[in-house]
Amino acid sequence: MSAIYILWLREMKRYLRSRVQVVASLGQPILYLVVLGFGLGPVFQRAGNGSYLQFVAPGVIGMTVLFSSIFSGLGLLWDRQFGFLKETLVAPVPRLQIMIGRTLGGATVAVLQGLLVTVVCVIAGFRPANLATVPLALGFMLLIAMVFAGLGVAVGSSLQDMQGFQLIMNFLVMPLFFLSGALFPLDGLPRVLAAATMVDPLSYGVDGMRAVLLGRAHYGAMIDFEVLAIIAVVFIVFGAYRFSKIEI
Amino acid sequence: MIRVQNLVKRFGTFTAVDNVSFEVAEGEIFAFLGPNGAGKTTTIKMLTTLLRPTGGSIELDGLNPEVKQNEARRRFGIVFQDPSLDGELTAWENMEIHGVLYHVPHKARRQRMEALLKQVELWDRRNDQVKKFSGGMKRRLEIARGFLHTPKILFLDEPTLGLDPQSRNQLWTHVKAVNEADKVTVFLTTHYMDEADRVAHRIGVIDHGKLVTVGTPAEIKQQTNTESLEAAFLALTGSTIRDESAGSADQMRQFAKMWSGGKR
Repeated sequence: MSAIYILWLREMKRYLRSRVQVVASLGQPILYLVVLGFGLGPVFQRAGNGSYLQFVAPGVIGMTVLFSSIFSGLGLLWDRQFGFLKETLVAPVPRLQIMIGRTLGGATVAVLQGLLVTVVCVIAGFRPANLATVPLALGFMLLIAMVFAGLGVAVGSSLQDMQGFQLIMNFLVMPLFFLSGALFPLDGLPRVLAAATMVDPLSYGVDGMRAVLLGRAHYGAMIDFEVLAIIAVVFIVFGAYRFSKIEI
Repeated sequence: MIRVQNLVKRFGTFTAVDNVSFEVAEGEIFAFLGPNGAGKTTTIKMLTTLLRPTGGSIELDGLNPEVKQNEARRRFGIVFQDPSLDGELTAWENMEIHGVLYHVPHKARRQRMEALLKQVELWDRRNDQVKKFSGGMKRRLEIARGFLHTPKILFLDEPTLGLDPQSRNQLWTHVKAVNEADKVTVFLTTHYMDEADRVAHRIGVIDHGKLVTVGTPAEIKQQTNTESLEAAFLALTGSTIRDESAGSADQMRQFAKMWSGGKR
């Protein structure tokens, strides 16, 4: 247990010390929020969907948690690169504990980032419809974080170096974001796109956040929760398996 | 303390370590020498549970590391060829993580961390981030960390690579001191023959994955009829230059430098 804690603590310390990166990582969400929020706002309003800022804010929060958690898992590649991974792999600790410590650390950082962006959203004018269900959004953030931290570790364990990074960015991370319905409503989509959004775990995360923050949902909060919980378990088990197979 | 029998490691059709057998006694300093790509690091990785052997057996302090992995791991410390510290953390925090991972009890951990950091002259810098350290300081910190859990065996994979003569001298003095005081068995690789000549009790020479000879420095010089270990080494392994293709780790290091502007 102490191994899990110390590796979690390591992720926390690294996060709290990287202030520049924290600020830098807010750039993209702010861009999406402000430019799309206000830019597409009038069109969205005229189409009878209400405020686009209100609609897109949970999507932007979901995106932040996605990026932060999947990169924390891929941070494995950095540790491989800078050698620290070896230090943990020769330690007399089961690899499962090492993986869990890292993953929990990465997930916690992702949730903290999500909360930070939530504050930014509120400053930009986002107002949750029902304050009583706002704490549930934290639960959805945590689930999204666990899902993608697990996926990140699985992918990070399977890569030897950073060569594949661009590939992962363009063919995994960005599609996960764009197909999640973070930026557009999931109702009335062409069939192929609808199918793609249904297999994207982030769809359920963003939908769950909208359910608890805005009271509007495509799938419904309960289904979102169940799907995310199952995928989180599957991805973490898969990530732990891949991590246990690392040879240096 | 270390017993290796018929050790083999193949990567596809390439045999990196080819039927190697040797023993290292308790309290001995054993230098493992060989040209680039001879199989030194692959052997160390197998000895330290980072790679699974294709064949043969390994015993560390009477334990088979494949079966009793964690018990075996607790018995050795290792200083890797390239640094394995977290640069964002301080020297103290790096030590602390190591102590916790190796189950060193809290009080003993604090005492040993203080003693070791003072020994390698990093006590005053303990609260500085490791990324601000020079190469020599990082090495010293890694050595101190390797000793934190009082290992019975210490593996040193080219520990003096890129260090100035002062740091090298200090490192070997320190290694010899703990070897004599605590009977720590030391298994090292190096490209500096004078170092091996100076510190090692016995030397094994590996080339093309095969163990060419094992003996004391004097025996090896006598065997090859040469004056220096350097000459003996060249006599045993030939003077052709070995090309080692840049591994994925090297390529990635380049990439990382480009990407982060050397920030990390």
